[in-house]
Amino acid sequence: MNKIQINRWKDQLFKIWGIACTLIGLILLVVFIGDILIDGIMRIDWGFITDLPSRKAEKSGIYTALMGSIWILGLTTIIAFPVGVAAAVYLEEYAEKGRFSALLEINISNLAGVPSIIYGLLGLEVFVRILHLGASVLAGSLTLSLLILPIIIVATRESMKAVPSTIRDASYALGASKWQTIWNQILPASSGGILTGVILSLSRAVGETAPLIVVGALAYVPFAPSNPLEEFSVLPIQIFNWISRPQHGFIENAAAAIIILLLVTFMMNGVAVYYRNKWQKKWK
Amino acid sequence: MRKFREGIIEKSLFTSALITVAITIGIVSVLAFEAVRFFKEVSIFDFFTDTQWTPLFTDKHYGILPLLSGTFLTSAIAIAVALPIGLSISIYLSEYAPKSFRKTVKPMLELLAAIPTVVYGFFALIIVTPFLQGIYPSLSGFNSLSAGLVMGIMIIPFISSISEDALHAVPRELREASYGMGATKLQTAFKVVVPAASSGIIVSIILAISRAIGETMIVAVAAGQQPRLTLDPTVPIETITAYIVQVSLGDVQHGSIEYRTIFAAGITLFTFTFILNTISYRIRKKYQANYE
Repeated sequence: MNKIQINRWKDQLFKIWGIACTLIGLILLVVFIGDILIDGIMRIDWGFITDLPSRKAEKSGIYTALMGSIWILGLTTIIAFPVGVAAAVYLEEYAEKGRFSALLEINISNLAGVPSIIYGLLGLEVFVRILHLGASVLAGSLTLSLLILPIIIVATRESMKAVPSTIRDASYALGASKWQTIWNQILPASSGGILTGVILSLSRAVGETAPLIVVGALAYVPFAPSNPLEEFSVLPIQIFNWISRPQHGFIENAAAAIIILLLVTFMMNGVAVYYRNKWQKKWK
Repeated sequence: MRKFREGIIEKSLFTSALITVAITIGIVSVLAFEAVRFFKEVSIFDFFTDTQWTPLFTDKHYGILPLLSGTFLTSAIAIAVALPIGLSISIYLSEYAPKSFRKTVKPMLELLAAIPTVVYGFFALIIVTPFLQGIYPSLSGFNSLSAGLVMGIMIIPFISSISEDALHAVPRELREASYGMGATKLQTAFKVVVPAASSGIIVSIILAISRAIGETMIVAVAAGQQPRLTLDPTVPIETITAYIVQVSLGDVQHGSIEYRTIFAAGITLFTFTFILNTISYRIRKKYQANYE
């Protein structure tokens, strides 16, 4: 074999290796999800969703955890969405280039890399202790809001950047003020991208476990929260609690709860990708 | 009137932007405040040199080294899995794969990163550990090997996606010139495209490391709760993050030394990720300037 053949052969070999690597991730994903379906699908019925937690695995349901997750999701959206978009609008449209805006930018990029458990420590000290909110739904939502704020800001800024400058110029030419231009033109035009970013960040919030454990969310709550100042549990914490128990029945419960959690996460991701595709087409 | 309204709007937008700064100040001061009180009771020297971490036992030792070694061990295993696989995927997708394949596979891989980490913990403990025990029977039920392997799978998309973006951004002409010289795709990929995209690839690796050391639920579920200064991947260990979870699950009195240990552990973790994030930010800024 001459050198050229050897090189071609190596080229082919790497191609096969590349395909293998790409597939291995996807295959493992399928194997894992398949295994969870086998373990848990038989456990899911209406009672599993509407029953309160119990000491007995077969009687235990996810009602309180599911309600806790819905509360957390709702409050986190209400808190993080307006603040995140407002901060992004300021950075994109108002901030003058200089030391201060550079600092804001470094800061946001750094926050996006802070481990989620550190946000938990912040929430524990500030919301639970100093503001006396206790281990409540509100304290948990505030903590998660801080966690997803950088994601919302980055996504919002990117979609605002993608709006063609002609739209802005046309609005100014008609005598619109800066805020009128932003509110009536730029935000609606970038809404698809903003929505995508917000949904993706919320899907992350739904799956977060560690910061809420640190804040003091419980593994066992007898009732679903009825107002933001009550104690709560969420689906991922319920799953964590069930995984940690030795009896097989609880493993089955954990698998079943994971199916529900994955369903929610994948659905949110699906909706986000749908909006992204729809929105990208608009400007092409 | 209009000017007045616009002014108020700008102020409130500015306040929202300031919140992000307040978060950072909040994190640093909360961690520092509790850690300072912790170090009033425990000497910094002991903290970094004692080889035992037993704040929850009667014979108390406050040496962070066992937690650091646990964190290091699981992260190293994760990177050893994710780096070769993630890089190969990114090179394959950017240089070899047909466009349509790339378009469908990339979002599917990113789904790996969208799965909640507690679910990965389940995979590690319930699926991977029993499987590995079939091959290597003396493996403990809790170990850093399974946790690290599964964490590696989780961070594959961090490396593959960001690296692929960087490889994809390399100008077409560089490749054409290399092909024109008779180079194969493989030679072009490794001698031309990868070096040209090296800063982006390095950023992806640093982000993956930072992600691995901050990862909590996989290690809390599958790696155990036994702080141990070891590099043996088959025995139970404890990471910094898993320790914080362990304490948070228990009944720890606010203001006690046990309560402060989680902040001392937290500030150690924060310092490492902060350094890594700052380095990756610097490289990213420099690299953006290069292409513009």
